[in-house]
Amino acid sequence: MLTKEQIAQRIARELRDGMYVNLGIGIPTLVANYVPKGMTIILQSENGMLGMGPFPYEGEEDPDLINAGKQTVTILPGGSFFDSAMSFGMIRAGKVDLTVLGAMEVADNGDIANWKIPGKMVKGMGGAMDLVASAKNIIVAMQHTDKAGNSKLLPKCTLPITGLRCVKKIVTDLGVFDVTPHGFKLLERAPGVTVEEIRAKTAGRLVVEGDVVEMSF
Amino acid sequence: MNKVFKNAEEAIHDIKDGMVLMLGGFGLCGIPENCIAALVKKGVKNLTCISNNAGVDDFGIGLMLKQRQVKKMISSYVGENAEFERQLLSGELEVELIPQGTLATRCMMAGYGIPAFYTPAGVGTEVAEGKEVRNFNGKDYLMEYAFDADFALVKAWKGDTMGNLIFKDTARNFNPLMAMAGKITVAEVEELVPAGELDPNQIHTPGIYVHRIFQGINYEKRIEQRTVRKRD
Repeated sequence: MLTKEQIAQRIARELRDGMYVNLGIGIPTLVANYVPKGMTIILQSENGMLGMGPFPYEGEEDPDLINAGKQTVTILPGGSFFDSAMSFGMIRAGKVDLTVLGAMEVADNGDIANWKIPGKMVKGMGGAMDLVASAKNIIVAMQHTDKAGNSKLLPKCTLPITGLRCVKKIVTDLGVFDVTPHGFKLLERAPGVTVEEIRAKTAGRLVVEGDVVEMSF
Repeated sequence: MNKVFKNAEEAIHDIKDGMVLMLGGFGLCGIPENCIAALVKKGVKNLTCISNNAGVDDFGIGLMLKQRQVKKMISSYVGENAEFERQLLSGELEVELIPQGTLATRCMMAGYGIPAFYTPAGVGTEVAEGKEVRNFNGKDYLMEYAFDADFALVKAWKGDTMGNLIFKDTARNFNPLMAMAGKITVAEVEELVPAGELDPNQIHTPGIYVHRIFQGINYEKRIEQRTVRKRD
C-alpha cells in the first residue's frame, strides 16, 4: 500500500516540463515536493497566484500571501498575482494543464463527488466545481476505501456530484487507474498489493488487461 | 468632489437592515476589517452577505454571524467556521453555496454591465437546479446572473483621494471585482495618499468604481494557517 507521500510521488511522475498545475488541498499539495530535478512546473493557486513557492522561513510569514488552503506561502521569481475572476478565467479557458485534487467518491464514468455530505458536512465546493468542469486533465489523489472500508471507486456516486465525466486518472493507496469508457482500468499496483485485493475493494467496473506492473520507488 | 471619509463608522453610516453587501477577501486575507468592526458595532441585521468565505468563529464575518446579523450568506467555502455550520444545519441561516469562479465572475459582470454569462461550473450538480442550460460547441453551460449589491466593502493596500486602488499579493482576490460591483463601494486602505502619488500605470481599480475611501486603522491581519519551513 502507498503512503500519502508515495501517492504524491507517483502523481509527480505525470508532470512534464513547463506545465501549469493546480494542486488541491491534502495529498495533492504534497506533489509539489516531488517535482523532478531540472523540471520547471508553475503552480497555480486559485486565490490568485502563479508561481507559488514553498512555505516561508519562520518569521517571514506574510498574511497577504497565502495559498488556496489559507496557508502562508511564498512566490517564486517569475510569478504573478491576479484577481479571482482572472484566476478562474485561466482555469475555464483551459490554460491550466493539470489539476490534482482529492475526492470522496469517483464513479467509473469519471463523475466526482467531493464537496458535501448531506446533513453532516457542509463546507462548500470552493473552486472544485470550476476546476473539474474545465480542466483538461484531472488526476484524483485519494485513499481507495473510506474509513469504514467501503470502496470510493463506485459504479455511481452516492454523494452530491461536483462534476460529470471529468476524472481522467486516479492514484490511490492501492494502484493507478485510468478512467476509460469500460470503467477503471488498472495500470499499476502498489507494492505488495494483488489484483485480487484491488478487485475486491473496487465497487465500480474494473478493467484488468494482462500482467499489471508493480510500482517501484 | 470628496470621497474621503474619516473612518469606517462614517463610511458605512447609511447601511440599513436587510441590505445586500459584498465583502472582499479570501479566508481572512484581504478582508475589510474596519468595515466589519463598524457593522458589528452598528448592529444592522437581516443582511445578505456575498463573500467567498464566512470568516472564522471570532474574526471576520464570523463576528457578524455570532451576533445574528446575517440572514443569508452567498459563499463558495465556509469550512472554517463552526458557528456558521451550526446555524446552517439548524436552519437559522440561509446559505447559497456557489462555485468560486462563478462567484468571482458574477461580481465582475456587475462591474462590466453584463447581466448574465454562461459557465460550465456546476453542470449536472445541485448548483444547476432551476438554471438555464445551454449547449455551446457540444458542451453544456449554466446561465448565471450578475450580482446586485447595495454596498461593496473592500480592502486595498494603497488608495488615493480619487478612489484609485492598488492591492497587495493574494489580498487582491475578490476585492477589485467587488469594488466594481457595488451600487456604493466603500474602500478601506492601509495607506491613503493624495491624488497623483500613485502611478496611474499600476492602478488595479480605477477610482470611478469607488465612492468612499478611508484610512484604515489597527489591522490585525490574522493568519488562518501559519505554515513555515526550517532554514537549511
